[in-house]
Amino acid sequence: MENCTIYVPKLITKKENFAPGHRACIGCGEALAVRLAFKAIGQNVIVVNATGCVEIFTSQMPYTSWRVPWIHTLFENTAAVASGIESARKAMVRKGIIEDKNTKIVAIGGDGATIDIGLQALSGAMERGHDFLYICFDNEAYMNTGIQRSSATPFGASTTTSPAGKESIGQFAWKKDMPGIAVAHNIPYVATANPSYPFDLMEKVKKGLEAKGPAYIQILSACPTGWGCAGELSVKIGRLAAKTGVFPLYEVENGKYRITVDFPKLLPITDYTGLQKRFRHLSPEMLEQIQQKVTEKYEEIKEKAEMSARCGQTGTEE
Amino acid sequence: MGKSENELTWKEIEVGGIVTEPGNASQYKTGDWRSQKPTYDFNKCIKCGMCQIFCPEGCINQNEEGYFVADLFYCKGCGICAHECPTFVITMKEEE
Amino acid sequence: MSKRVGIEVSIALADVVGMANTDVVAAYPITPQTHIVEHLAELVADGELDAEYIPVESEHSAMSACMGSAAAGARTFTATAGQGLELMHECLYVASAMRLPIVMAVANRALSAPISVWGDHSDVMACRDTGWIQIFTENGQEVVDIALCAFRIAEDNNVLLPTMVHLDGFHLSHVIEPIMMPEQSQVDAFLPPNKYPFFLDPARPQAMGDFAPPAIYTETKWAQEVNLQKSKETILKAWKEFAEIFGREYKPVESYRCDDAKILLLTMGSYSETAMTAIDAMREKAECENVGLLRLRLWRPFPTDELRKAIENADVLIILDRALSFGSAGGPVGMEIKSALYDVSKKPKIVNFVGGLGGRDITVGNFEELIKKGIDIAENGSENEFEIYGVRE
Repeated sequence: MENCTIYVPKLITKKENFAPGHRACIGCGEALAVRLAFKAIGQNVIVVNATGCVEIFTSQMPYTSWRVPWIHTLFENTAAVASGIESARKAMVRKGIIEDKNTKIVAIGGDGATIDIGLQALSGAMERGHDFLYICFDNEAYMNTGIQRSSATPFGASTTTSPAGKESIGQFAWKKDMPGIAVAHNIPYVATANPSYPFDLMEKVKKGLEAKGPAYIQILSACPTGWGCAGELSVKIGRLAAKTGVFPLYEVENGKYRITVDFPKLLPITDYTGLQKRFRHLSPEMLEQIQQKVTEKYEEIKEKAEMSARCGQTGTEE
Repeated sequence: MGKSENELTWKEIEVGGIVTEPGNASQYKTGDWRSQKPTYDFNKCIKCGMCQIFCPEGCINQNEEGYFVADLFYCKGCGICAHECPTFVITMKEEE
Repeated sequence: MSKRVGIEVSIALADVVGMANTDVVAAYPITPQTHIVEHLAELVADGELDAEYIPVESEHSAMSACMGSAAAGARTFTATAGQGLELMHECLYVASAMRLPIVMAVANRALSAPISVWGDHSDVMACRDTGWIQIFTENGQEVVDIALCAFRIAEDNNVLLPTMVHLDGFHLSHVIEPIMMPEQSQVDAFLPPNKYPFFLDPARPQAMGDFAPPAIYTETKWAQEVNLQKSKETILKAWKEFAEIFGREYKPVESYRCDDAKILLLTMGSYSETAMTAIDAMREKAECENVGLLRLRLWRPFPTDELRKAIENADVLIILDRALSFGSAGGPVGMEIKSALYDVSKKPKIVNFVGGLGGRDITVGNFEELIKKGIDIAENGSENEFEIYGVRE
């Protein structure tokens, strides 16, 4: 358990801006990820939420789990709505209509809402340079509507629209590199995170908030219901995703890569896939193929990090 | 406590369906969902707080003695706390 | 003292949006609305309008950004046309249900396919059920005036509904007209600052956009409907206040030479003025001495009472639609009016034409022909539910 100390209770705020009593599944990794992220975000925030698991389990009329201002409109437009709020507040502060209290705008959405249907709006918002943090809670499928595949579903995973069968190995494409797409927009801060590494996650969320301009963080959110594992294993599976290199934990500050939680030797991916029913059907050959790709991708990130370290210090330019 | 969705009349709904009471979903007793609950052997507890960090419900709080206990009003019995506790304080037992 | 200037209608519209001290413009270009958003960009770039201009990457994002902006409490404006209005279609329902005051100018344009950049009402007719307040304009002066009124109406705390201002694409958006531009002092007197009561604010956390299970969805929709119907009170009040400051009065149903009219033509939008010329000509030539023109200005909420009053004494009502409603029993406006008049015991014979599609011009002569044809059909009947005007057979 990297980064944990016996001083945990003193290091993070006890305040829950995301109230218990929400209707997430038992053992939901996404609920945990949201809860931790919002401990880092605090109260001085406006939250824009896409349609999806988090939105549904926190907002059944006439209740809300949110203790901060929150708006949900549609599925694919989170970044566009966030752009509107950010611009409105900028104009209103400049015109003296409201005080500048350095309120942050945080947009949250699942992998479907971000990487598939919401990609256009996100790309536009990043290109225009709005000052906001976009957090993608990645449970690797359209979980809320019943576990259908998205472009974030890993290769070989069985979902309801890419089911494993006699003619199919499950998901037929490799996971879309959304952090890479975000980096290509030249935004100040991009990171990947994992609630199994809570302090790493919270630090990154804080950095994303402080970045001047768009920031993008993709947080792997274990879904016991969709991935096919017991609820109690959510944190363990998340940890294995990092330790096997399947979901590397890194950040990119102004184009400079840095691996934030590194492992001297990666565990075999079968330690990770073996615990989840969605991979149960994979043959040893397929698993080998996946292992090769994971190793390859991890090496790529490592190279980028090494090159960034050689080229000078990382860090936000003021 | 306000009216539920089955009781509100059309005149009582706020403009645009806006919910003006922050966090009022915390009235919902998710504790009814569980089929197992955490039990504690605090002799082993080192008060590290890892269970509190990893609870998806955010329902684990410190009691007066500083031990971390799940609020059974909300606890869904997922077992993450038992699984992550470094000193095996927590055991999940079936609900009666 | 305001002066009458010759100015392109799109430019005048952008100018008045500027005079209204709009806070946020989120817009995507599409013919024939482009001059509106271009001039707004110029105003912002030159510091004449202190606003945030968001050049979004699609109309869906334009309306989404407007929703965010309105929810944050800013005075918000956008403009679109045709396909753009269709692309933002799902957003329109959300904006009205969430009661977000947004003003949108629509340069009415025909819908693809085939692609047409020219004007007709098919884009607006596809939006009938979206829950927006919708007002039609006939000339440049009306565009400027109604746009100003739109902010006043949308943002009124008794209304809080997004509002569309319809102007015919090219026929209005791109023409130079003599317009009395308002003075800034008049605008300031007429339009109070935007005070959206539920603006997103950490000091007052609230949740906007909860989901509604079946137990409560009906109640939310009925509340929305009642509010839209009730908004007519504020619309009339705003138009009265406008008349007091600017001297021009607007009504939900406008009439022209209807006092003695037994034959009524009903139009919407810019070719109403051509129709007026036709009516003058027919009366002068004594071809039809008792013909008059009705124009539907307020489209949503539908002005049932005013319409029923306006047709009280008519024998024939000829309705000219500028859009088809495929596979149905008439043009969209024709069907709505027939429905509104169904329960009235004494009602005129209704003849429904559809014409002017895809920018097709309807001249003074065409109108005269259309009226005569309408009278003929009213007398002798027709085997069709509605008539298409001007199609080459």
